[in-house]
Amino acid sequence: MNRSVERTPMVEVPSNAIIPERDLGKMPVLDIRHLGIDFGGLTAVDDFNLTVGRTEIAGLIGPNGAGKTTVFNMLTNVYQPTRGSILVDGNATQGKSTDQVVKMGIARTFQNIRLFGSMSVMDNVKIGMHTHIRYNLFDSIFHTPRYHKGEKLSRARVLELLDVFGMADMANHVAGSLPYGAQRRLEIVRALATEPKIILLDEPAAGMNPSETAELMNNIRTMRDEFKISVMLIEHDMNLVMGICEGICVLNYGRIIAKGTPEEIMSNPEVIEAYLGKKGA
Amino acid sequence: MKLKKATVNKLITYLMVIGMFTAIYILNEGGYLSRQLQKMLVPICINIILAISLNITVGFLGELTLGHAAFMSVGAYSGCLFSIAMKETLPMAARFPLAMLVGGLVAAVFGILVGIPVLRLRGDYLAIVTLAFGEIIRNVILNIDFFGGASGLKGTPRDSTFLIAAIVVLITMFVAMNLQSSRHGRAIMAIRDNRIAAESAGINLTYYKLLAFVLAAFFAGVAGVLYGHNLASITPDKFDYNRSIEILVVVVLGGLGSVRGAIIAAIIMYILPEYLRFMKDYRMLIYSIVLILMMLLNSSPAAIAIKTRIREALSGVFKKSKKTAINGKGGSEA
Ligand SMILES: Nc1ncnc2c1ncn2[C@@H]1O[C@H](COP(=O)(O)OP(=O)(O)OP(=O)(O)O)[C@@H](O)[C@H]1O
Ligand SMILES: [Mg+2]
Repeated sequence: MNRSVERTPMVEVPSNAIIPERDLGKMPVLDIRHLGIDFGGLTAVDDFNLTVGRTEIAGLIGPNGAGKTTVFNMLTNVYQPTRGSILVDGNATQGKSTDQVVKMGIARTFQNIRLFGSMSVMDNVKIGMHTHIRYNLFDSIFHTPRYHKGEKLSRARVLELLDVFGMADMANHVAGSLPYGAQRRLEIVRALATEPKIILLDEPAAGMNPSETAELMNNIRTMRDEFKISVMLIEHDMNLVMGICEGICVLNYGRIIAKGTPEEIMSNPEVIEAYLGKKGA
Repeated sequence: MKLKKATVNKLITYLMVIGMFTAIYILNEGGYLSRQLQKMLVPICINIILAISLNITVGFLGELTLGHAAFMSVGAYSGCLFSIAMKETLPMAARFPLAMLVGGLVAAVFGILVGIPVLRLRGDYLAIVTLAFGEIIRNVILNIDFFGGASGLKGTPRDSTFLIAAIVVLITMFVAMNLQSSRHGRAIMAIRDNRIAAESAGINLTYYKLLAFVLAAFFAGVAGVLYGHNLASITPDKFDYNRSIEILVVVVLGGLGSVRGAIIAAIIMYILPEYLRFMKDYRMLIYSIVLILMMLLNSSPAAIAIKTRIREALSGVFKKSKKTAINGKGGSEA
């Protein structure tokens, strides 16, 4: 569209961007430099460089055990990186705790679903909104007017967010009893509720059937457009990856072997050998 | 709809407790209660407060702690010392509430002191450390003459009445249940359900774990003050690990996280052994059997299925629109 008018060249580290033109601001949302982690003697990820632009949908793919989830765990400081730096909107996440990183603007979902199973869908998303619900401990204990106002506002907001993923009618269900696909979508909504700048999705379509996956692709695009956030996703479903990712980064044995547009990745011989070829065999 | 259901649930609990307390109060004033039962009223209230407060750490936060009686003892001793010191200066109406506040706050400070170092521990380790903490506190009190040593602290005014204890029960309930449906309570329960997900939702683990610890310690301390003002003297051996385990049993039987369950279990578990005294040698046997039965009732799949069916039938009476919710549940089981 007419995005080109506001387009400014990305000056920071253009070489790392998958698609530099997509970055609309001066700074990338996420700037990862020389990131690496060792588990004992094993180097799980090494020299990982990547920038993700504002409102970009980036894919992170690679064979099983390549280190994709480990990258997400380092981005959210669930694992402390051994080497390298991560900047969110120019601010380093080093030394921060996971909840502080969330407040800086990185939200995520998990490969093995992690919901608050005993609670309602509504409460799960409200927990995602935790830091944005404005009332204090006193209000909590005495249920002051400010408490009621805060709860009312958050309830309305939760329903809005659920609606993006077609789940508004499930607000009162117990999260743990939802079908698999709905649980995955609920995790995304909960992450979205933290008002992130970038959202990390770890295999969002795992276990979904093709029609659910197609729906999910639409949901992710809508989410990006409506909330103007960046998305980085790990996925084995190539239809989804090639369908919605604007840039793709391929990881193999903890190292990036290729970066580029879906077309470039699909025709990259190294990728075909390491990943697609292996899968086809 | 959700809010309404939660509100109704809360209301039932309040009505249950207030109704029960009013009935007992009237019977008591009219002189219809036996001396034995009269003597049990304040201790039952104390047990309820202890159970609700321990439920905040074990039920809401999901951390096993075995030192709850220690917080109670810290509250009891500090509250009693306050009352003894203020016996002549303050009238009872001001002294007793202040004593409870002092006992609660001192216990809360101990909650922080214990909480900070043990926050990094989880599960079995936390249980062992809190158990040790409880024993340390008890031994320290035992060996300081100022606290009266093994023969106990004497001279506390006997200010505890059923009415006051009942009011404190209601306050404890109010705080626990309001907390449960607030962002602070949700954060605590989120840590229980999934620690990593809670962190990834922006919840500060240290703060909310400590909050649960401190609130639980505060009310245990208040219960201790009530306890101290109900007897002629308090001795350290009343606050040993057996006491902590007893409270834990009540919380587990009442159903973790359920305030109403904790109240019911606290009453049954106090009255039962007293009324089984006539059975002499069989007393503990019957007591254990009842414990096992209650446990089965709470956690066996068959019993849960029956309870769910009853609940669904009941909610079906109130609302037809529940149908969708039930369908959703069936889907995941398949
Ligand atoms: N906490 C840990 N301790 C030791 N090794 C680990 C740890 N976490 C991950 N690894 C190792 O790091 C490597 C990368 O794992 P990771 O989970 O990131 O793979 P992945 O790319 O997400 O694979 P998949 O597609 O199967 O999810 C694996 O060899 C794994 O065994
Ligand atoms: Mg993975």
